[in-house]
Amino acid sequence: MTSAATAIAVESRSRYWWLVALLSAMLLAMTAISVAVGYASLDLGAAISDWLAGRATLPALVLVELRLPRALLGALVGFSLGVAGAAMQGLLRNPLAEPGLLGISSAAAFGAVVVFYSGFAGAFLLALPLGGIAGAMLATLLLYALNGRGAGTMALILAGVAINSFAGAMTSLALNLAPNPYAALEIVFWLMGSLADRSLAHVWLVLPLMLLGWGLLLSSATALDGLTLGEDTARSLGFDLGWLRARLIGGAALAVGASVAVTGAIGFVGLVVPHLLRPLVGHRPGRLLLVSGLGGAILTLVADTALRLLPIRPELKLGVVTALIGAPFLFSLISRLRREA
Amino acid sequence: MRIEAKGIAVGLGGKPVLRGIDLSLQAGEMVGLIGPNGAGKTTLLRVLADLLATETGSVRYDGTTGAAFGRKALARHIAFLAQGGVVHWQMRARAVVSLGRLPHRRPFADLGPADQAAIERAMAAADVSAFAERTLDSLSGGERMRVLLARALAVEAPMLLADEPLAGLDPRHQLEAMALLQRTAHAGAGVVVVLHDLGLAGRFCDRLILLDQGRVLADGTPASVLGDANLAQAFGIDVARGEHDGQRYVLPWRPIHREDETAS
Repeated sequence: MTSAATAIAVESRSRYWWLVALLSAMLLAMTAISVAVGYASLDLGAAISDWLAGRATLPALVLVELRLPRALLGALVGFSLGVAGAAMQGLLRNPLAEPGLLGISSAAAFGAVVVFYSGFAGAFLLALPLGGIAGAMLATLLLYALNGRGAGTMALILAGVAINSFAGAMTSLALNLAPNPYAALEIVFWLMGSLADRSLAHVWLVLPLMLLGWGLLLSSATALDGLTLGEDTARSLGFDLGWLRARLIGGAALAVGASVAVTGAIGFVGLVVPHLLRPLVGHRPGRLLLVSGLGGAILTLVADTALRLLPIRPELKLGVVTALIGAPFLFSLISRLRREA
Repeated sequence: MRIEAKGIAVGLGGKPVLRGIDLSLQAGEMVGLIGPNGAGKTTLLRVLADLLATETGSVRYDGTTGAAFGRKALARHIAFLAQGGVVHWQMRARAVVSLGRLPHRRPFADLGPADQAAIERAMAAADVSAFAERTLDSLSGGERMRVLLARALAVEAPMLLADEPLAGLDPRHQLEAMALLQRTAHAGAGVVVVLHDLGLAGRFCDRLILLDQGRVLADGTPASVLGDANLAQAFGIDVARGEHDGQRYVLPWRPIHREDETAS
């Protein structure tokens, strides 16, 4: 009996690692495809050998300045959005939760818009990302100030609603008062979210912040499993909920704030991906974290590669594509949840 | 494991819920916590499990405070079964029961053979092995409650605090759950169970604590607690009494219309 149970447990565990391996392989393949696809025809072999040899030829420049940053950022941002979405859903125990719900995305967008509006964006390369991260951090601090210690899930969601509406209003105000139509247009385009025209400097800037954020989120896996049975039961199992919330909100702020700061608002990845993968991990919120990160990276790269292959010019913005896929998905999810309730 | 509560007072939203509660709980004893709706049973259980801070008074675990005992150690010593039986994600029954082993887990380690054995024992005891691989949304309310009871048993803690574990169970499984809790207590663990069924409480518990309006109205053997005066004061009911198989039982019979109520 016990050996049969152990066998079942081992089987479920090995299925999980197979899924992780499969998604990792798909992510590597998708990153390679994203590097290979683009507007200029590129001899990848020549570009890579030139780059490794340190020759600044045109193919090497296209690879290093255009293709590689775009693919890497797509994977990093997608992973951040996917893992943060799964973590927020686990924390709030609601399949509709997303970093956007807590106001982190919109506050990051507002931070970046302030930099745009004030003209600092042109002053130095990293001004914009830093503005976005500052916005996300501010939202996190505000969440704490509004919640105090030991606040419940509902208070957290309401604080998110408040931050969302405030950041949205301030962003609109910035657009309203924009010094010239070009500035307003630039802000709007940026709010749509895109992976185009980013550089490796952006990658190096956001990478440490994202890694730290991912670490905080992934370390919460077992606590999220415990939270499945409610807050009292999770505490009775020995988890410190205050510390858990701090890790999850801090981790989401770092990962999502850094993402929004360099690519603008890309919505719905954190909503769609955990929902699709949840049945594959037996609905266990802890196991959902890593696979959602991988799945988010794959989905973002697929969407970004697809819009480059589409014969529509000017190029569609990535945030527009994910919203076009994600919003109907959200509607169907809500109507299904209502039927089940 | 010994839990001692002294002078406990708790207010929720400015309203006093518990006042001047003194009690002590020890291993090997099956304690029933009874009282009318709003008497403070759930609040008291949460205080005893160190899930709710008190305004005055203290709870001591083997003579030390909860903070000194340590959150992780306390989790291994007290299993808590919450009221309502919510499970937010539709996991398989076996996965839910395994959550009871989380307090025993070392960082980055998976469930060991000892954990698997504890999970099997708990599932067999709560009679859920038959649907171990089914997801929770495919189970009935009573079956789900038994899975959650198995989850609490899987902790194998020396103290088990259960808030209305019989809710939604059919008569046969109510009897089996009470017998299971009694066996758990007589095997050496302390069991505190919130109950609404006075008949089962009187039959299976070694000791009853009757709460009324946030105070302990009576604390002692079932025979001494389930007296007419106590039940009339706490619940406002008249009970029928009987004896079967040499055991005495009470059965709620009719509400008592108090004079002050008829006057108003």
